[in-house]
Amino acid sequence: MRAVIAEDSVLLRIGLVKVLEMAGFEVMAETGDAEALLAAVAEHEPDLALVDVRMPPGFTDEGVRAALMIRRQWPATSVLLLSQYVEERYAADLLTARAGGIGYLLKQRVADVEEFIDAVRRVAAGGTALDPQVVAQLLLRRGGADPLERLTPREREVLALMAEGRSNAGIAAQLVVGESAVAKHINNILAKLDLPPADADHRRVLAVLRFLDGSS
Amino acid sequence: MGISGALRRTTRWSAAHAPWSAWAWRTTAFTAAAIPMALPAAAALVFFKAAPLVLLVALFLTPLLTRLQRSRFRELLEREIPAVAHGDRPLRPRALLARLRSESTWRQYGYHLLVSPLAAIGGAAIVLAWACGFAAAAVYGWSWLLPLEHGGPGWTRSYDAVTALGALLLLATPWLAAALARLDSLAAAALLGPNRSKELERRVEDLAESRAGVLDAADLERRRIERDLHDGAQQRLVALAMNLGIARATLTDLPPEAKAVIDEAHREAKEAIEELGNLVRGLHPAVLEDRGLDAALSGIAARAPLPVELTVELARRPGPTVEAVAYFVVSEALANVAKHARAGRCRVEVRRAGDLLRITVTDDGVGGADAARGTGLVGLRKRVGSVDGTILINSPLGGPTVVTVELPCGL
Repeated sequence: MRAVIAEDSVLLRIGLVKVLEMAGFEVMAETGDAEALLAAVAEHEPDLALVDVRMPPGFTDEGVRAALMIRRQWPATSVLLLSQYVEERYAADLLTARAGGIGYLLKQRVADVEEFIDAVRRVAAGGTALDPQVVAQLLLRRGGADPLERLTPREREVLALMAEGRSNAGIAAQLVVGESAVAKHINNILAKLDLPPADADHRRVLAVLRFLDGSS
Repeated sequence: MGISGALRRTTRWSAAHAPWSAWAWRTTAFTAAAIPMALPAAAALVFFKAAPLVLLVALFLTPLLTRLQRSRFRELLEREIPAVAHGDRPLRPRALLARLRSESTWRQYGYHLLVSPLAAIGGAAIVLAWACGFAAAAVYGWSWLLPLEHGGPGWTRSYDAVTALGALLLLATPWLAAALARLDSLAAAALLGPNRSKELERRVEDLAESRAGVLDAADLERRRIERDLHDGAQQRLVALAMNLGIARATLTDLPPEAKAVIDEAHREAKEAIEELGNLVRGLHPAVLEDRGLDAALSGIAARAPLPVELTVELARRPGPTVEAVAYFVVSEALANVAKHARAGRCRVEVRRAGDLLRITVTDDGVGGADAARGTGLVGLRKRVGSVDGTILINSPLGGPTVVTVELPCGL
């Protein structure tokens, strides 16, 4: 797998290169701003772009805008955004185009190298990785007449973990329950959200989308 | 000694107030100078029938005339009449209209049209008094110079009286002039100077402006510190924690003691990141500046240890200082709820009603919050007061507690 990195702090960039190499990626380009990032993606068409949200010249949301552009122009490239803080609207924006192949994590998560590598691999493979903080803020936005209100607290927890991008096994490990229990919860969620019968993966993505939709 | 000292003082005082003293001539010059100053009033009287035109000309001339009068007081009486802020902009109709409506303009008219003619008459009287005084005091001189019909110079009783009267008049005139100057000064201070309440009003405006400036500067400083911490220490710490994480993941064949040390360092680094993050959030979080209140508040609401229902309805973003105070209010209020209220849930509403930003934080806890105790609420009150906001805490024993904060954001 091939990756490009956009991060303006040199110190962090060196570390990120190391971690990506540990995860089995070949780092094609390291850049420090959005413009250079887009040029690198155009040149290498990598599997993954690891992008800092706050970059020169404006130090606001250059990374998000670059990510949206990458999603449009190079759909084969997955994007994992790193941010100092989470803004759930970014997550909603990013996921509207196409669920999957997208990640949005707090920058400090890179310290937990193993978990971070998991997230990187998941996103590069077309999955999602949302920071628990994003999911918490999305949950906060829920309220009023909403199909999600019908979910039990446990089911909401499972849905939140689904939104973070975890597999059934990952959810089971996190909640310390069996995988079959997780599968049962997921079936209940899908039923309660009135999702049309289709293949499981697709419905799963729809459930997450419905979950995220309420925030925008 | 005592008597000679008193004598010396009296002599000196008499010399300073004699008709030939500088004081006498200054007060005389001052009163006499009122005469030409009254010419515009005389002109207004003459052209009385063309009142609108007079008014218009007066509107243009008043500031100039007032300046002349002020310089008369300053140069001849060493008395400073404070200036009135005119807003002396280019003479556009709107500026003229504002001037016409201004209360100080009408006070100045009062001085120039009423006091000034009286002062001029007084000035003329003083000049006349000097002339008569000289003439009378020198009556023997006249009679010696001009041969009069009743038989040349000679000492007569009536001439003695006239001379004495003239001398008295010469002695008294400076005092009359001084009294006139005193009256004129009083009138000028009342009519040409700034109105006290207006002055206070302007002072309050100045203070409000300078306070807003100080607050903005403090806020800017907080944001600068936040930026510095984020770009410096925080990035370094994240890099450090990441490197320790890499070491932990890759150096699997280390002795257990070394591994434990690395684990410990890794955990410490992550805690330091967390602490620094909290510190930065307490200062002025980047998300507030970049994305506004809604995004910033959803961050602290999600981090709160109890379920928080958040509603933020803002058509327009308030200014950065008000935003910072609002953020601080919610952050402090939530911290208080978490610490003291023993609440099950909490509702935060932020709405803009006209020029007011209204924040309500409601919890279903035990109540009994008292702003007089608890430093949290005191800090809250201070921060809210700094932008002229109000805070209302309704917290009966047994709950629920409702904190309502209103921040003016129309400025």
